[in-house]
Amino acid sequence: MTRVHDMGGRPCNDRIAHPEPDRPVFKEEWHARALAVTLAAGVLGKWNLDASRHARETLPPDAYLSFSYYERWLAGLADLLVRRGLVTVEELSNPESCPAAPSLVPCALMPDEVLPILQKGSGTQRDTDSVPRFRADEDVRTRNPADNALVSGGHTRLPAYAQGRRGTVRRIHGAHVLPDSNAHFLGEAPEPLYSVAFPASELFPNEGLARSGDEVFLDLWESYLEPA
Amino acid sequence: MPHDSGDGNPPHSALPPEPELRVKAIESLLIRKGLVDPASLDRIIDAYEHRIGPRNGARVVAKAWTDPEFKSELLRDASPLLDKMELSGRQGEHVVAVENTESVHNLVVCTLCSCYPWPLLGIPPSWYKSDAYRSRAVREPRRVLAEFGVELLSTQDVRVWDSTAEIRYLVLPMQPSESLGADEDALVDWVTRDSMIGAGLPKRPEAAG
Repeated sequence: MTRVHDMGGRPCNDRIAHPEPDRPVFKEEWHARALAVTLAAGVLGKWNLDASRHARETLPPDAYLSFSYYERWLAGLADLLVRRGLVTVEELSNPESCPAAPSLVPCALMPDEVLPILQKGSGTQRDTDSVPRFRADEDVRTRNPADNALVSGGHTRLPAYAQGRRGTVRRIHGAHVLPDSNAHFLGEAPEPLYSVAFPASELFPNEGLARSGDEVFLDLWESYLEPA
Repeated sequence: MPHDSGDGNPPHSALPPEPELRVKAIESLLIRKGLVDPASLDRIIDAYEHRIGPRNGARVVAKAWTDPEFKSELLRDASPLLDKMELSGRQGEHVVAVENTESVHNLVVCTLCSCYPWPLLGIPPSWYKSDAYRSRAVREPRRVLAEFGVELLSTQDVRVWDSTAEIRYLVLPMQPSESLGADEDALVDWVTRDSMIGAGLPKRPEAAG
């Protein structure tokens, strides 16, 4: 993984195209189709949210940087569809050659299920017996480097700008599915998740405008942390 | 340790380069294979165009402005309240509300992708998903806010919430003094999408001029 997606704190002076009207929700019709087909394919259960994020992150870096948001989704989706065995590369390159199936597969998303499924979501909190290693107000230090400890070069949710930095636990969110494991289909492996506050000056010491009370908060899994 | 191997020729390169044609190819293939029902796709689009949007979050903020008990419960444990209001769901299963005060201004970003509280705010705007916002919001939030026209009080510290796990953040903006005394329904119109990200402030509705 190249970490091309790990944008936080990267040198960048580009102006942000803000503000933007609330409508249209989708600027192009294909944006809406890309979102819908990605969500509907996800319901087939061949991957999870962490795996779909990882599929986007592992796009070739030049493709990631040149693609717009929904182009990243589409490319990630196509790669997952093939890697998880739902379609072949040949079928992708020539969909019309694929014979039409006589009926929908049983796990396909039905129209009446759409709203209930969107409203239900898929929470990541899990009941576990594990006692959190850290308590609120305790100082912790993040893993350095910010790499996946289970899969070399694998998915992780610790941004590089926060690696090896000292912060303070402010809240414990309970145990949540560990993306570093789940993205690679190695199980949910839930761990306590902590809201950790970092002084802005600890993360970006050269940022002149920051004031001493400014902070950045990150939600970090227990295995990303060690006692400070 | 297993290794996450790179792929020399990723499968998506078999698709046409134009995004419109890419979507068509994937969609028609999945329909032909019986993996996707086109009517379900239309329902998903309709849901995000007409049902799930920033008006939902604005209702929560307006209620918090007028109901102190609701506000304190929202700040303590938002998710059960949002469940009851049928405002939880995909990409908003675990929500934390953070309050702007005279001593704190909150700003939300996701530097690793574009995580955002969909059931409350709908689909994120393009700027929120841009590489520039994702790069800059954690490093120089005060400069970003100044560009956005948000004038901070001299007493306010800035807290940036980089929402890279499955906790989603809703900013509870300060109620503008000009809106004090308005009822909950009228206040909904003061709450802008950007004010619930911390990238803007509530403002007088145009129609009420």
